[in-house]
Amino acid sequence: MIYLILLLVFGLIMIIMAFTAIHHKNLQVAVIASGIISLLASVVYVFLAAPDVAITEASIGSALTVVIFFYVLNKIRRSNDQE
Amino acid sequence: MIRNSFLILLLAGLGWILFQEFDSFKGSDQLNPVAEYYATQGPQEVGAANLVTSVVVTYRGLDTLGEVTILFLTAAIVGLLFKRESNSETEDIYGTSEILLTAGKILVPMLILVGVYIFINGHLTPGGGFQGGAVLASAFVLAALTFSGTTVKHRVLEIVESFSGISFVLLGILGVVLAGGFLDNKIFSLGTFGHLFSAGAIPIIYSLVGLKVGSELSNIVLVMKSSEKGGDHD
Repeated sequence: MIYLILLLVFGLIMIIMAFTAIHHKNLQVAVIASGIISLLASVVYVFLAAPDVAITEASIGSALTVVIFFYVLNKIRRSNDQE
Repeated sequence: MIRNSFLILLLAGLGWILFQEFDSFKGSDQLNPVAEYYATQGPQEVGAANLVTSVVVTYRGLDTLGEVTILFLTAAIVGLLFKRESNSETEDIYGTSEILLTAGKILVPMLILVGVYIFINGHLTPGGGFQGGAVLASAFVLAALTFSGTTVKHRVLEIVESFSGISFVLLGILGVVLAGGFLDNKIFSLGTFGHLFSAGAIPIIYSLVGLKVGSELSNIVLVMKSSEKGGDHD
């Protein structure tokens, strides 16, 4: 029962974060929100007895992807500054 | 207005279809024949305590090789599109914050240890080459973020990647020669079930996959970092 409640809470936070990622004006906030989705998704995978997928999701979804997005955002901002 | 109502109608229809699926879903209480074969024969045939690993590396080893190839192609294309600037000696404008520096000093060695642990114990505990490699890559990325002066040599990553890729394929071909088929793990003795040195070639293959995935993913991020630092002039 407690697992079900936790899963529902995580699902709700994930949906809110997804809306934030789409609609927020600041791109950095949007990227961090998408990282939070991956982090919570990995916790949900552990609850659903899929630890393999959880490790992949945590390290790729919430670490590497966010860092790549930030590098690309930086690159875009710099090339905008130069013009 | 009309567009919005169409969207809502579409979403409602999609939700209805998905709800029908959800409502009529009944979990089966017994495995299908293939899964039952893997579950009952896997431990004796492959000797890996982690059943997922025995399916991923031995029964469906060719798929794993395909995934590794796709990742290699991705890394190669990213390296092609983002040119590496040779003079990446531009100073950091903001500098590294104290929190990131302290956390990096503690976390980088621990992350490397966890990554190596995950892929070496891939046949015993959850996780494996891909997971361990991804953790290893995030350790290198954290190091590159934190200690901005240090970089991993591009050449070293290339050598590790090529070596592990070639060895993976050679081990597969060795399976054709010595055992039952491509990527068969019985080219070495199966050992004691549940020990570190068991399950034939699986620990070696998974370590190679881990090194390959780790070097590829960190290569992707480091190429983007150096190209971002140099700045574009076109």
